[in-house]
Amino acid sequence: MTTMTHDETQALIQEVLEAYPEKAKKDRAKHLAVNDQSLEQSKKCIISNRKSLPGVMTVRGCAYAGSKGVVWGPIKDMIHLSHGPVGCGQYSRAGRRNYYVGHTGVNTFGTMNFTSDFQEKDIVFGGDKKLAKLIDEMNQLFPLAKGISVQSECPIGLIGDDIEAVSKKKGKELDKPIVPVRCEGFRGVSQSLGHHIANDAIRDWVIGNRDGDETFATTPYDVAVIGDYNIGGDAWASRILLEEMGLRVVAQWSGDGTLAEMELTPKVRLNLIHCYRSMNYISRHMEEKYGIPWMEYNFFGPTKIAESLRKIAAFFDETIQANAEKVIAKYEAEYQAIIAKYRPRLEGKRVMLYVGGLRPRHVIGAYEDLGMEVVGTGYEFAHNDDYDRTIKEMGNATLLYDDVTGYEFEEFVKKIKPDLIGSGIKEKYIFQKMGVPFRQMHSWDYSGPYHGYDGFAIFARDMDMTINNPCWKSMQAPWLKTADAESQTLAA
Amino acid sequence: MAIRQCAIYGKGGIGKSTTTQNLVAGLAELGMKVMIVGCDPKADSTRLILHAKAQNSIMEMAANAGSVEDLELEDVLKVGYRDIKCVESGGPEPGVGCAGRGVITAINFLEEEGAYTDDLDFVFYDVLGDVVCGGFAMPIRENKAQEIYIVCSGEMMAMYAANNIAKGIVKYASSGSVRLAGLICNSRNTAREDELIMELARQLGTQMIHFVPRDNVVQRAEIRRMTVIEYDPSAKQAQEYRDLAKKIIENKMFVIPKPITMEALEDLLMEFGLMDGEDESIIGKTAAEEAVA
Repeated sequence: MTTMTHDETQALIQEVLEAYPEKAKKDRAKHLAVNDQSLEQSKKCIISNRKSLPGVMTVRGCAYAGSKGVVWGPIKDMIHLSHGPVGCGQYSRAGRRNYYVGHTGVNTFGTMNFTSDFQEKDIVFGGDKKLAKLIDEMNQLFPLAKGISVQSECPIGLIGDDIEAVSKKKGKELDKPIVPVRCEGFRGVSQSLGHHIANDAIRDWVIGNRDGDETFATTPYDVAVIGDYNIGGDAWASRILLEEMGLRVVAQWSGDGTLAEMELTPKVRLNLIHCYRSMNYISRHMEEKYGIPWMEYNFFGPTKIAESLRKIAAFFDETIQANAEKVIAKYEAEYQAIIAKYRPRLEGKRVMLYVGGLRPRHVIGAYEDLGMEVVGTGYEFAHNDDYDRTIKEMGNATLLYDDVTGYEFEEFVKKIKPDLIGSGIKEKYIFQKMGVPFRQMHSWDYSGPYHGYDGFAIFARDMDMTINNPCWKSMQAPWLKTADAESQTLAA
Repeated sequence: MAIRQCAIYGKGGIGKSTTTQNLVAGLAELGMKVMIVGCDPKADSTRLILHAKAQNSIMEMAANAGSVEDLELEDVLKVGYRDIKCVESGGPEPGVGCAGRGVITAINFLEEEGAYTDDLDFVFYDVLGDVVCGGFAMPIRENKAQEIYIVCSGEMMAMYAANNIAKGIVKYASSGSVRLAGLICNSRNTAREDELIMELARQLGTQMIHFVPRDNVVQRAEIRRMTVIEYDPSAKQAQEYRDLAKKIIENKMFVIPKPITMEALEDLLMEFGLMDGEDESIIGKTAAEEAVA
């Protein structure tokens, strides 16, 4: 396949849109665009963070997913109560692969499901008394839990339970933070509002907890890692680089994170944001209230890692800046070897992505380090500031798709014929059955880490073993093969 | 004969529960088998029939037992004056939980447990004043109440509420077979009240099925937790409720109402002297401003 021109890509969008009824076509047209690097603002070409159309098979989540699943869930030494009927908590339990160390059920609770298991009578008579009782029970059964967050499921908002009053009262009684989070699933258009609500709850119930307390000994090299969820160990592969360049990572949010780390974050010199979408709110708050600067960084692939390390070091003195160069030099032989090994096997391969918060733009550099090209990308729940950041990362005339529908994604893949698709579990088997190599880019397909130099080695290996897997040559049943089709592969 | 299911709606405090129980006593006296289903968290729809303070409600007992599945029908269904069956859905205290869900749960329970027996002639649902959410519309959904009676009086807000309820009925009538069966005027002794309600009924496309005059015997009976028919069968008011009961048995006028506009309602009120003509010049003027003018 040769690279498509701007007009060809635009024609492809038009062709795909044709299948829709008039009203849906008009709506979806605003979410599909041809990338143009010359644009400064994405609003000129794409619209995002709007309600999905009914019937299009969106893969978006809800506000509860954004709060409990993404932001709060990984805080390991707190209990996160799924407040409402049992399903929301149980069917999302331990699905996100945010690794942590600790004794589960003793001092860490990450993979457990705590639920108030609402029954009919709780709906009719309200669940406040039950919540108070549950908080007591959780505290008694798990005394090492440092705090509790109350993650509201839909019915809590519908019946108007006053979880704030219960939380306040119980928090005082137990002398632990009890954090009410109003992340009812029906709020907002996607999980994105859940991130915002969760950030606001951190702001209101956690961030100020150690204001005026000077007992924590700070250093000029204190930083916090924010928005790394430690999928498959990502945060661990990231923080070692920061530590090697002489910085002290005081807090890590929220993968393998703790309540104490969140409370100490306002004491750091610099907030380092990996997932901008889910954590920019709290970073902006700390900038306003405590004057802590924040910067976005990207630890996917050696090019972006080096760029980010230098950018981070620029906030500090010359020692740190020199250390950053040393870190980059130290790993150079390692990553050059990886590139030497895998680039010849992956050179020129074309990738389409459709993921969540930051990966649709952040992983582009890692693919490029391996000689690959990302020819289409899109976000489930981005806002336009995400697309602003994407325009420059993507090549001209590549395809952008926001909240892509099941139909659109399949049609785009049929026409663009990428060598690899990186998306989620809901897309995986559809595309594999179409004969297209596929990696889950939410869960790293049960692999990882992919962040940092260590992660890059695993990333490169995983992409190679997916794309160059011999199974793609066996897509046709032997008895259906003709002699000259023998050499054909569908992914070619 | 199939069970006739009727729902009683009307503005809060208009006398829905009192009227329902007195009328049901009249039906029972005529040999009808009747069940009353109270659909109000206050659970005061059956006290005159049972001579009780308040009947134990389905939701309250379900909460105590664990869940509604733990209840038996005989736990919640009480039999009172002339074998009238009584049930209260019940619900939460004001300000917590979801009373509407309580109504839904309770009615589902009654259906599953076979409370709607074939020997019943009538079921009456006595519903909370305003149809504030889907739960309080449960009694008029498919296969439930087919006839709706609105209790009202000649006061402005009562008529305003009646018209609003008629709007709600239109929504359910267009998708199901529920119909407005008439207005019951529970008199407040306002001037030309009967004419006014008859005119409102005419404009809504229905009838004033009965005019229940005001009589202190109702209160005297209520203090004794009794209906008038039971307390003093020879009272003139007892005969009024018997007449209402008889008219309901014979009622054939079931309509999809035609709710009237705010303007039409105001015109009607002005015609009967309940409201002055609108004076545009006074709108938004404070008392102080008016004193200056």
